[in-house]
Amino acid sequence: MGLIKKVKKNFSSLWKGIFKKKVARIGIYGPPNAGKTTLANRIIRDWTGDAMGAVSEIPHETRRARRREGVTIESNGSKVTLDIVDTPGLATKIDFHDFMAHGMEEEEAKRRAKEATEGIIEAVKWLEDLDGVILVMDATEDPFTQVNVTVIGNMEARNLPLLIAANKIDLPESSPARIRSAFPQHPLVPISALDGQNIDTLYEEIADHFG
Amino acid sequence: MKRSQTISGDIMIGVQMDLISEDKLSRMTAMEKIRLILDGVKEGKILVLERGLTPSEEAKLIEMTMTEITPDDFAGIEIESYPSKQNQKLLDKLFKKPLIRTRLTVIGPANQLKTLKKDRDLISALVSSQY
Ligand SMILES: Nc1nc2c(ncn2[C@@H]2O[C@H](COP(=O)(O)OP(=O)(O)OP(=O)(O)O)[C@@H](O)[C@H]2O)c(=O)[nH]1
Ligand SMILES: [Mg+2]
Repeated sequence: MGLIKKVKKNFSSLWKGIFKKKVARIGIYGPPNAGKTTLANRIIRDWTGDAMGAVSEIPHETRRARRREGVTIESNGSKVTLDIVDTPGLATKIDFHDFMAHGMEEEEAKRRAKEATEGIIEAVKWLEDLDGVILVMDATEDPFTQVNVTVIGNMEARNLPLLIAANKIDLPESSPARIRSAFPQHPLVPISALDGQNIDTLYEEIADHFG
Repeated sequence: MKRSQTISGDIMIGVQMDLISEDKLSRMTAMEKIRLILDGVKEGKILVLERGLTPSEEAKLIEMTMTEITPDDFAGIEIESYPSKQNQKLLDKLFKKPLIRTRLTVIGPANQLKTLKKDRDLISALVSSQY
């Protein structure tokens, strides 16, 4: 690389560094089982061809935060590059008996409970290192939970962008409208992470809000 | 479930409930509040905070709760609060750190306090005495 070119390149990255963060680090948050990993997998599959992590109907499947770097999303002419962090589902309680009810042996259930508590601590710590959050809610459930209130409150306190994904709209009992009326101050996109319904609208919003 | 002597001298069995004033809370640091909450809840108390916790205190409380969960003794907390309110004036938003007004909060042991319904202005909860 010629000297001039090199200088130019350094200058342009300095320029970008000052005026626009190159890569936004976005956390996918929400209660257990909301569909965070299903959504992370879909985003990463759509834009890179890879996958992120395991999905399960048993809560607390994700017990370690996972980061995928450099996912570029293009929508409606805008283009953003994101680091996507899939986080363990947040909760204020963990009872190993709940895992036994899913057919696990006591020992395994206790181990999962322990790992789940560690995963939640990790997810909370990650909140401090993010540029924005996609808060995934199961639209068939009551949105006014402490977990949702806490995530939203923390992003508002830091003046960081938050996008609500009202997930599982393929289910007839889902109600994105209930979520919208609970948190009217934030942009919301109804989606099905499972079958991909309305996912393009989510990409538009991501490009808009995290660009 | 607890057997206690009331102010009037009666012996009663029931669930103890502590209502903590805004004044007391405003004199406490984040960790002091969290300690007060977790110690109280582990004793089986229901706590009502006149003014709740800031979002960052709530996050710390979740973290501390997780470190204290043990399989047979403590399964965590049930906590319900109203969303905090922010400074809505545009100038304040632009130039100052957002001022957060926290609101009434109810906290109890996960196995004794169950939220029935919650919306913007009403929290309805069921307290059970079984421990
Ligand atoms: N019907 C329907 N089910 C979904 C959708 N998204 C996810 N699920 C299902 O919900 C369950 C939980 O999905 P996950 O992606 O593992 O949820 P999570 O939020 O990552 O859960 P944790 O890692 O345990 O916190 C799985 O059975 C998924 O197949 C959706 O859009 N519609
Ligand atoms: Mg997951």
